[in-house]
Amino acid sequence: MTEDDLRQMIGRVKRGSLSRRGFVRRLAAFGLTAPMATQLLAIAGAAPAAAQGVPEYRPARRGGGGQLKLLYWQASTLLNPHFAVGTTNQDASRTFYEPLAGWASDGTLHPILAAEIPSVENGGLAEDGRSVTWKLKRGVKWHDGQDFSADDVVFNWEYNRNPAVATVSSGSYRDINVVKLDDHTVRVEFEKPTPFWADAFVASRGTIIPRHLFRDYAGANSRDAPTNLRPVGTGPYRFVSFAPGDTLRGELNPNYHRDNRPYFDSFEIKGGGDAVSAARAVLQTGDFDYAWNLQVEDEILKRLEAANRGRVNIVEGGNIEFIQLNVTNPHEEVDGERSSIKTTHPAFSDPAVRQAMAMLVDKNSIQQFIYGRGGPATSNFLNNPPRFRSPNTRSEFSIQKANEILDQAGWARARDGIRAKNGVRLRFVFQTSVNAPRQRTQAIIKQAAQRAGIDLELKSVTGSVFFSSDVANPDTYTKFYADMQMYTTTMPQADPQLFMNQYTSWEVATRENSWQGRNIVRWRNDEYDAAFRQSEAELDPVKRAALFIRMNDLIVGSNHVIPLISRPLTSASLNNLRHVLSAWDNTTWLLGDWYRET
Amino acid sequence: MTQYLIRRLLIAIPSLLGISVVLFTVLALAPGDPFEELATNPAIPPEVRANLRASLGIDDPIWQRYFSWLFAMLRGEWGYSFVSRINVDQLILQRLPVTLVVIGASQVVALAIALPVGVYAATRPYSVFDQIANTLAFVGFSLPTFFTGLLFILLFSIYLDWLPFVYRTELSETGWRWWWEQLRQSIMPVMVLGLFQGAAWTRFVRSAVLDVIRLDHVTTARAKGLPESRVTLRHVVRNALIPVVTLVALQMPIVFGGAIVTEQIFRVPGVGSLLISAILANDTPVIMAVTFVFAGLVIFFNLLADILYGWLDPRISYR
Repeated sequence: MTEDDLRQMIGRVKRGSLSRRGFVRRLAAFGLTAPMATQLLAIAGAAPAAAQGVPEYRPARRGGGGQLKLLYWQASTLLNPHFAVGTTNQDASRTFYEPLAGWASDGTLHPILAAEIPSVENGGLAEDGRSVTWKLKRGVKWHDGQDFSADDVVFNWEYNRNPAVATVSSGSYRDINVVKLDDHTVRVEFEKPTPFWADAFVASRGTIIPRHLFRDYAGANSRDAPTNLRPVGTGPYRFVSFAPGDTLRGELNPNYHRDNRPYFDSFEIKGGGDAVSAARAVLQTGDFDYAWNLQVEDEILKRLEAANRGRVNIVEGGNIEFIQLNVTNPHEEVDGERSSIKTTHPAFSDPAVRQAMAMLVDKNSIQQFIYGRGGPATSNFLNNPPRFRSPNTRSEFSIQKANEILDQAGWARARDGIRAKNGVRLRFVFQTSVNAPRQRTQAIIKQAAQRAGIDLELKSVTGSVFFSSDVANPDTYTKFYADMQMYTTTMPQADPQLFMNQYTSWEVATRENSWQGRNIVRWRNDEYDAAFRQSEAELDPVKRAALFIRMNDLIVGSNHVIPLISRPLTSASLNNLRHVLSAWDNTTWLLGDWYRET
Repeated sequence: MTQYLIRRLLIAIPSLLGISVVLFTVLALAPGDPFEELATNPAIPPEVRANLRASLGIDDPIWQRYFSWLFAMLRGEWGYSFVSRINVDQLILQRLPVTLVVIGASQVVALAIALPVGVYAATRPYSVFDQIANTLAFVGFSLPTFFTGLLFILLFSIYLDWLPFVYRTELSETGWRWWWEQLRQSIMPVMVLGLFQGAAWTRFVRSAVLDVIRLDHVTTARAKGLPESRVTLRHVVRNALIPVVTLVALQMPIVFGGAIVTEQIFRVPGVGSLLISAILANDTPVIMAVTFVFAGLVIFFNLLADILYGWLDPRISYR
């Protein structure tokens, strides 16, 4: 199936000569999944505009739901979304503040403060991809009664791009220009055609804070703003009280701009403690309605679920646990730099060794015995949203085949059973952070590798060192002074543009950029670079999806990167709680839509 | 006496300075910064992180940061938390009431157990009561609080479903219901800490009383025909309490510092859990402030214990 065929079929759906169901069925015949097919239709403008990722909201009136109690094992510490370093703070401030739109779990946009999602059809998106016009919802009021208007949106742009304010979100606002067209319309302008336009004013970094309360604190005095701890937003709940590092409370906002919402009269977010007891407080004792981010062994969760009070929610996202095979030589120093791009790895430069290594990773056992539901095995680096998932990759676990490949490539076993060729022995240092599931994964791989004549020396570094950006420390993951390493990389946005830049040649981590480049495996490929550049300017969503699939196939096909398992978000909630979760946005992104079934 | 006090206070200054230097250096050498989480987030460019670091002054040399911290401290400015962006003293004051109530109550419980049990066991040494009390005391202080805490949660919250195991500062109930809920949620943390402390003190009270009970003045009191209860309370316990009072005074900083592990298990938002979360978030100003307050309290209560000791036992004089 070529791109032209796809386009023709989408055209037929638009004209009405092919039903949407028929389209999905035809694509399925070519091995494309149903979600991918429906999303292709959605992005090509041939599907109902409403996001399918948001379930129906049933309650017929506002309030009356009592108290909603959420439990976070990490407590929130401040309530300005633009200073929120971690997800806990983003989640906490998101209960009061709202962006123009949020990301639903299927990777589609859901309007919140916007009247509609801009598209080429409704004139919101410029054909040349250089501007996007947002129509704001009318009649929205801040919690203190003031009107929400385009001035607030423009102010958020000014606030965030000001380096003196030093916000975490500033990266989304530096390179854009925002113009107020009228009180309820703003236009975001880009320097060059931008296919991923839904960054500023969208999701966690796009939450709008009120101009009239932050205006006097939009400089170096930003931290003195009293509203940093006493938020006044537009959200479904109003601020009641906040003890940093402990409890946040809110109450129903009677003037909320969406009908019949919210359902609960008040909410409380309690922070602190540990993940296992948080799971207990929901699943076993039912003291709380919802427990956030439960990175707990699946076996424990299953045991707790047996009490039948609550259930575990698995929300698929783009985070992935994977292995990198170093392109450069970590044992050779060039100009005082190890793993320098001037070197090549003595063994991994042979594709046969990389292919054998990939075959020695038993992903299914890793899923089955270590991560359970919290880590489905995958053969792709880019897994979600489904429209970007490659159907072309396969992973296979076979020690026998790995042995054959190595034999053919001339890596012969020495007397101690370890393969060698031209004086290079297949003996690798395999590093990761200290974390029980990772150490167990390391052991599984080491065992298989041993049977193929490869000796792995396992190394584990404390997380606070491994993931730090300390330039002086040789054990950080960005320095990669090892042959192989394993960790999880996160994908916070539903668009893969930023996610996939980690294999472009200009992102290579070197001493020059203090190892801040994101291409840590140091893999360079002209075709990949070209595809990435093209995707940055490609406005056709179908073509762009094809480009990302190609990039995924290139990096996974090189075997320098071995995807292991994807890491969905795991949480627990009571059986009668109806929530709206999304891996592309905060847990509380649509808290106003949560209700209890009676 | 005044001279002695002044001298002790002067000696305290260099030790506090030394403590602060050590703390600051260790914290500065430790890996990580408050924006670590941003490092793995592809949506946040490294320049943004660098800008954030610079705005908090983390990139300045250690000695420069230390002196600016020290001078601010001398002016009474505690600095502000990197992660909460509010003043540290406010943050600590917010946590203090809970810590004082929970930990204070546990110390009262400990004393209420240790005194009667210890004294009674000492007056009847090697009796059945003494043997049982001894055994339980050994068990009590051999089991760490994080273990008994989990055991209590399993038993009272999960199997029996009597008590909640998440401590909430913002109870929605009012009136007597509020008191009832407060009591229910405080019992477990208070008991875990109180039993542990009580067990240790029981042993201490017992041996202190045993030391006094054999002295001549006790025999004299008995020879005068005084009732046994009067002998025990007036002549034995009062003398035996002198070392116990010192010990309790030395424990006072712990009351303020909170019980880190127990607070974490029961989610009690006290000073101890503030310290833990600050350490995990690399929030240097908060760690400095909390540990520094702790150091100051230790020095202060040491001094207080010394003075108290002289007041209880006039044979000791200060020069």
